[in-house]
Amino acid sequence: MEILIEDHQMLLNSATGYLAKKQSVAAFRALRDGDEPLGYDATAYRQMADLGWMGLVLPEEYGGSDFGYRAAGLIAEQMGRNLTAMPFVSTAILSATILREIGGDMLTEWGMKIAMGECVVALAIDEGAKHRPGQIKTQAVRDGDGYLLSGDKSFIADGMGADRLIVSAMLEGELTLFWLDPLEACFGTSCCDIAPQKLLDHRNYASFYIKNCRLNENTLIAKGEVAEKALAKALCAGRAVVAAEQLGMAKECAARTVEYLNTRKQFGVLIGVFQTLQHRMAHLYCEIEQTSSLVAQALNAIDENAEECEKLSRAAKAKVAKLGKLATEEAVQMHGGIGMTDELDLGLFMKRDRVLTEFLGDAACHIEWLLREQKI
Amino acid sequence: MDLSFSAEEEAFRGEVQAFLKEKLRPELSAKMKLGGAPSKAEMEEWHALLNERGWLANHWPKEYGGAGWTPVKKFIFELESELAFAPRIVPFGVSMLAPVLIKYGSDAQKKHWLPRILDGSDWWCQGYSEPGAGSDLASLKTSAVREGDHYIVNGQKAWTTMAQHADMIFCLVRTSKEGKRQEGISFLLIDMKTAGIDVKPVITIEGGHEVNEVFFTDVKVPIENLVGEENKGWTYAKYLLTYERTNIAGIGGSIALLGHLKQAARKRKKHGKPLLDEPYFAARVARVEIALENMKTTNLRVLADVAAGGAPGAESSLLKIKGTVIYQELTSLMRRAMGAYAAPYFPEAADEGFNGQVGPDEALHAAEDYFNHRKLSIFGGSNEIQRNIVSKMMLGL
Repeated sequence: MEILIEDHQMLLNSATGYLAKKQSVAAFRALRDGDEPLGYDATAYRQMADLGWMGLVLPEEYGGSDFGYRAAGLIAEQMGRNLTAMPFVSTAILSATILREIGGDMLTEWGMKIAMGECVVALAIDEGAKHRPGQIKTQAVRDGDGYLLSGDKSFIADGMGADRLIVSAMLEGELTLFWLDPLEACFGTSCCDIAPQKLLDHRNYASFYIKNCRLNENTLIAKGEVAEKALAKALCAGRAVVAAEQLGMAKECAARTVEYLNTRKQFGVLIGVFQTLQHRMAHLYCEIEQTSSLVAQALNAIDENAEECEKLSRAAKAKVAKLGKLATEEAVQMHGGIGMTDELDLGLFMKRDRVLTEFLGDAACHIEWLLREQKI
Repeated sequence: MDLSFSAEEEAFRGEVQAFLKEKLRPELSAKMKLGGAPSKAEMEEWHALLNERGWLANHWPKEYGGAGWTPVKKFIFELESELAFAPRIVPFGVSMLAPVLIKYGSDAQKKHWLPRILDGSDWWCQGYSEPGAGSDLASLKTSAVREGDHYIVNGQKAWTTMAQHADMIFCLVRTSKEGKRQEGISFLLIDMKTAGIDVKPVITIEGGHEVNEVFFTDVKVPIENLVGEENKGWTYAKYLLTYERTNIAGIGGSIALLGHLKQAARKRKKHGKPLLDEPYFAARVARVEIALENMKTTNLRVLADVAAGGAPGAESSLLKIKGTVIYQELTSLMRRAMGAYAAPYFPEAADEGFNGQVGPDEALHAAEDYFNHRKLSIFGGSNEIQRNIVSKMMLGL
């Protein structure tokens, strides 16, 4: 029921083809079982950049295609369907959006590198179990012509081995973004260290603590209103694109379940003939379509720089959290015992879904915002 | 009893509580409280303590070494054990095979196998489901062909819980392809060490190893290991399913988990206030608490019926559906309460001396517990099958 503009349709076609061939669930499983420390395949990362995916939200003069967030959502949805593990959201969406909002030399230098797939830039904002980007404890103080940074950050997607980290901190009571080179930070000393965090979805996450780490003057990339605005836009984009990824996962679980209902026989018939299962699948179908609309609307709003993009991206993220739970639980239940096994892929979808639900805020976090800010 | 226990039953409850307080190792119950699974050694330890007290085979008649408890006493014991986070009695030998042997087994079989269940000499597992015979169990294909004084067994069993620990397996096997499918099934006892048996682990989504596939290739089983008559196995298997399922809702486990959840949600802070004070979360907790309170009464009604001589039929389906939905919602809420702290993956967390955790203790197994317990609505007859039973038996549809 999707009608896309021609450019988007072409992009989608190339994505489905490439991902099915090179970055399918089997590829993710191989990464997981091989305990690849980066959690992704560096060669495939370059290929993805060659396909133009890393520069989708970057302007053409900085090596991007400026295809926009709706296009990025289409790619993310396909990555969801294939459980593709790539520093796409961290680098091409969250970090690229911040750079785009800040502009200037940073965008000139690093925009190009991101678009070319030459670097990974991770965003370090979360400090505990819940996503609270507005209530951070990480502090920076001026120290001569530089800064001293102290704080803890965790659940940093693609943080291990990243070329740069964008770190949020409070400086003089204002939100500030620092551009941290992990090689120049004092990681590995007694007061500062970075370590991998192994989560249920077996991707690359890092946490670090830092105490009075000396940063140069040029590491401050945004402060005050500029930082607030850049981060807000990046979070809108991140939420909507992650929602698209989760949507893709829900669609894949539903498709696999329909296939199973059409092949598994019990009591001498295909189990798909049982009306109770048909109705539940029909319900799931309706929920998927409703969520698809909301995700598309949120992504378009970001592309149009519309005022509602914050509201819509939060609504989409909250809605997809419910959908993801429904789709993965129903898939496991209708597959029965086999759905419980690690050998079948459904568990991988279920675990990734739950991690993404927490990432950039769960349903409660966004519903609460909507209640408060929208005065519902 | 009506909806409350008699004075004598209340006194018995006190006795059970005292036993649990005295005998259950605090480290073991603490581990269980955080959602950890007991090891084989810990299960054996608990069985031995119960057996010493004469409470292991609590529902067996006294002549076979049982305690001869009434269904009410058995229910009270299980409720209190779950509330105290004690390991469950491993059901395969004590609660599943033994009642069949007592009712249908030969004297020699009873004399040989029952004491070995009590003293832990034999660990049993159950060979019912097959890859093509899950909800539709009667379509099972594993065959047993008579050759002299042996059966030769070929086929495959699936979802065999604890097969990796078991000495023996009780199996449903096909001995005839004539007539109705249910009438060609026999009940065989098979030594897991027999040549031709191959056990392959099945890892479930949370990373655990509870279930296995068991393959049989020309496995020789002496004919004296046939229980009852040939081709009557379905009757015996069905007897098991109607036997004492009054605690199938696992009320005690849910009450205990609810308490644990509330405690954890009181400790967790959201915007500086306890998570439990947050209306969105509190409403979900309240909903499940109401369902659980409600379930307690329904469970007592079924129990009262059984105590008065009734047999739990399709009522056990009601208990299973409602009870598993409640427990699954509780594990889901626990995971929600822990937020991203439930996301870290620590398969080694069950090992002693593990200290790699991030976040509170309650987070350690929260996700594992949630993923693992998706099985509740699938095994032992999926909730869809239970609803079929209710439709057919209670509604006549």
